[in-house]
Amino acid sequence: MRILFILLLFLLNCSGSEDGKTKVDIFSEKGILLLGNGTEPSGIDPHIVTGVPEHKILLALLEGLVVFNPKNNGVLPGVASDWTISNDGLVYTFIFNPNARWTNGEKVQPSDFVYSWKRILSPDLGAQYADMLYVIKNAEKFHKGIENDFNKVGISAIDNQLVITLENATPYFLNILTHYSTWPVHPETVEKFGGMTNRNNQWTRLENFVGNGPFKLVSWEINKSLKVSRNELYWGNSSNKINGIEFFPIDNELTQDRLFRSGGIHLANTVPTEKIKRYREERPNQLIEHNYFGTYYYRINTRKYPLNNANFRKALSLSIDRDLIVKSILKGNQKVSYSFTPPDDKSYNPKTELKFDPVKAKLFLEYSGYDTSNAPLEVLYNTSEGHQKIAQAIQEMWKNNLGLNVVLTNVDWKVYLERETLGEFDISRAGWIGDYPDPFTFLDMMVTDRGNNKTGWSNYEFDKTLKDASSEISTQKRYELYEKAEKILIDELPVIPLYTYTRTYLLSERVKNWQNNILDTNPYQFLSLE
Amino acid sequence: MIQLIFRRLLTYIPVLLVVIIITFLMIHAAPGGPFDAERVASPEIIEKLNEAYNLDKPIHIQIYNYLLNALQGDFGPSFKYPGRSVSELIMSGLPTTIELAFYSIVFAIFLGLMSGLIASLNPGKLLDIVPMSISLLGICIPSIILGPILVLIFGIWYEVLPVYGWGDNPGDKILPTITLGTAYAAIFARLTRGGMLEILGQDFIRTARAKGLSETRIVVVHALRGGILPVISFLGPAIAGLLAGSFVVETIFQINGVGRFYVQAAFNRDYTMILGTSILFTFMTLTFVLISDIIASFLNPTLRDSGGLE
Repeated sequence: MRILFILLLFLLNCSGSEDGKTKVDIFSEKGILLLGNGTEPSGIDPHIVTGVPEHKILLALLEGLVVFNPKNNGVLPGVASDWTISNDGLVYTFIFNPNARWTNGEKVQPSDFVYSWKRILSPDLGAQYADMLYVIKNAEKFHKGIENDFNKVGISAIDNQLVITLENATPYFLNILTHYSTWPVHPETVEKFGGMTNRNNQWTRLENFVGNGPFKLVSWEINKSLKVSRNELYWGNSSNKINGIEFFPIDNELTQDRLFRSGGIHLANTVPTEKIKRYREERPNQLIEHNYFGTYYYRINTRKYPLNNANFRKALSLSIDRDLIVKSILKGNQKVSYSFTPPDDKSYNPKTELKFDPVKAKLFLEYSGYDTSNAPLEVLYNTSEGHQKIAQAIQEMWKNNLGLNVVLTNVDWKVYLERETLGEFDISRAGWIGDYPDPFTFLDMMVTDRGNNKTGWSNYEFDKTLKDASSEISTQKRYELYEKAEKILIDELPVIPLYTYTRTYLLSERVKNWQNNILDTNPYQFLSLE
Repeated sequence: MIQLIFRRLLTYIPVLLVVIIITFLMIHAAPGGPFDAERVASPEIIEKLNEAYNLDKPIHIQIYNYLLNALQGDFGPSFKYPGRSVSELIMSGLPTTIELAFYSIVFAIFLGLMSGLIASLNPGKLLDIVPMSISLLGICIPSIILGPILVLIFGIWYEVLPVYGWGDNPGDKILPTITLGTAYAAIFARLTRGGMLEILGQDFIRTARAKGLSETRIVVVHALRGGILPVISFLGPAIAGLLAGSFVVETIFQINGVGRFYVQAAFNRDYTMILGTSILFTFMTLTFVLISDIIASFLNPTLRDSGGLE
C-alpha cells in the first residue's frame, strides 16, 4: 500500500490552477496566446519546411518584404516600407524600413534578401518551394543549374533598396511574397552554423536562431510546445498587443477538442466532424467556419483507357450528386465546387458549371463507347474515414447512374503519393490548397508536364491562355483569361472538382481582431486578448 | 555469473546486426519514399535530396556506412526533422517514455501480485473467479480502447483527471499509467496465481504447515519467493513491451515520449529514425530480459546451477 501511495504522490507531482480560473483565463491576462498547432513542426527554416504548422510558427518569427493583410487578402508593408512597380510591371523596387531589425540588433538589409533568395534557389539545398520564385528573371534557370551565375538572376541590392526584375509581368507577385519561402534568413548566422546549402544547418536551434519577426524564439520542447515572446526590436512592436505565443503540437483532434473545452488553449485548429453540429448549437460563438482556398477533387489518369476519353470523364462528373456529398456526408458547411479554383464573390468567380444530371451522364457514357462489363476501375485514396465515405458514395452513384463497376483502394499516405506520381492509378482523390490568393496557384498546376498535374492531361489552348494571363497587368483581363482556361479545364475534366474546403476550428472569445480569410492566416501582431 | 553475463552481452552483436540489416532492407523495400509529398518536387530536387542523405548509393554501401557511423554513436540525421539528429530526437523523448513505463510496471506489478495472490489463496471461490475474470478482460482490452474509455469516464463525464500531457497538470500521469499498465497487471495476476498454486501444493509448504507456522508466514516467507518466479521471468519482456508499446498511450494522451517517433517515423519513411528506434527497442528488450534472468537466478538457485542465464 505504501508503494501505491508513493506512486500516487509521484503521479500528482504538479502545481494546481489559481482560483478556479482556466489556463486560457490566466494566460489571456498575461497577453499570451495558446494555440493548438497540429503536428510537431519539422523545423523552422523557411527555405526547407513545407507544412501548415511550420507556417503558423514562422508567421511569428520571421517577416518578409510585405505582410499578408488578413482583412482583404492583400498586402501591407513589412520589411519593405514602400515599393514601386515599373509601368510594364516587370521591375519591383522595394524601399526598406530603416527600423527593420534582426533579433540580434542588426538592420535588415536588402543584401539579406539577396542571400536568402540565392539560398532557396541553390539546387544543392533541395528546397521544395524554390519554384515560388520562378517568376523572377532567370531564377528557374539558376535553380535547375542551367545558369550558374547568380548575378544574372533578377535580384539585386542597391543602396537601401531591393530591385527585382521578373520574367513576365506578374501582378500577383506581391501576394507570392507573403509566402514564408520568400522570407529572409540572417546570412551570418546561416553561414556560422552550417553554410548556405547545408540542410542540417544548426542555425534554427534555440540558442542560435536569429529572426526578424514580431516575436522571438524562447523555448522549443519537441512534441510538447514551442514558445515565442514579444520581440522588442520589431519595427511595429509598439502596436503589437500580444506578449507571447505557445504553440502546442497536438495531432489528435479529439485531444485538441478536449483541451479547448477544458480551457487549455485559445485555438483548436480542427474540430472532430461528429461534434460540429453540437458546437453549432451549444457554442456558436466559438465555432469558426469559413471558406478556405482549397478544392477537394478526383484526379483522373487521362493516359489510361477509358479515362483518356473526355466523354467518359464527363459521364463520371455528371453522375456525381455533389449536393448530397456536402449535405449528407461532410456536414461541415463546405460548398459544392463548380470550378477548379475556389470562387470568391469579391474577386474571381468563374461561371463554370458542374451539374448532376444522370440522364445526360448516361448519354455521354454511350458516346464514349465504353462497355460497363469491362474490368472495374479503381479509385485510389489515402487511408482516412472521410475519404472512404466520399469514395463509397461516389462508387454507389457511378454504379446506380452509369452501371459502372468501381473498386476502392485505400493505401498508406506515402504509398498513395508514390502511386500518384508514378501514374499507377485510374482515379485518385486529391486536394489542393492555394499558396497565395490568386487563381494562378490552382490553374498553373494543370499546365502540361507540371509535376503536380499527375493526370497526363495536356491542352495547348489551356497552356497558352494561362501563359497570357500570367503576364496580363489588368486584373479584369487577367480574370477573364483565367476564366477561359477554367472553362477549358471543366470541359475536359482531367480533374473532377467535388467541393471547396471550409476551415472549421474553435476559437476562444477572448481572442479579438481575428479575421476569417480564405488563406486562414492571421499575423499575430494584429490580434489582441481580452 | 559475470562470465555468463558477458557471454549474453556478446550475443547482442549478432542480434543487433540482424535487426539493422532486416530493418534496412524492409524500409527500402516498402513503397513510398521519404521525399514523396503532396506538392511534387522536381526530379532534380529529389536527386539532390537523395544525394544529401546518401540514398543515391547502392544499398550495401548504405548499410556499411550506417553501421560504421552507428558504431561511433552516430545514427544519422532525421529525414523528417532537418537539422536534428536521430540520437538527439530519441534522447528528447526517452526519459518520458522510461518514466511512463516505470510507473506502469509498478502499477502492474502491485495490482497483478495482489489480485493473483488473493486468487491463489482462494481457489475456486468468488475471490478467485472475480479477479481472474477481470484480468482476462484486462488482457483482452487493448490500450487503444481502454485509453479513450478512461478519458471519457474520468476526463469528460466526471472531469476529475486531465486528459493531456505529462507532468503539465496535476494528476495527468494517472490515466496514461493505468492505460499502459492494465494489460500487464492482468498478465501478472494470472502468472502469480499459477505460480503460487503450484508452490502451495508442494511438500515443503505442507511441512511448514505441519510445523504450525502461521499462514501469513508460509505465504510471505516461503511460498511467495518461488510463486512469483514466473512474474520475474516475464518482467524483462514486459518492460520491453511497455516501452515499445508506449506509442499508443503517448498518442492518446499527447505525451512527448520516444514511442511516438517510432510510429511517426514509419509513416514518414524517416529511414534513419526507423532504424534508430528499432535499435533502441531491440537493445532494451535484450537488456531487460537479461536483467530479469539475473533476478530470477538470484531467487532460484537451481537456475544459477543449471546455467539459467544461458
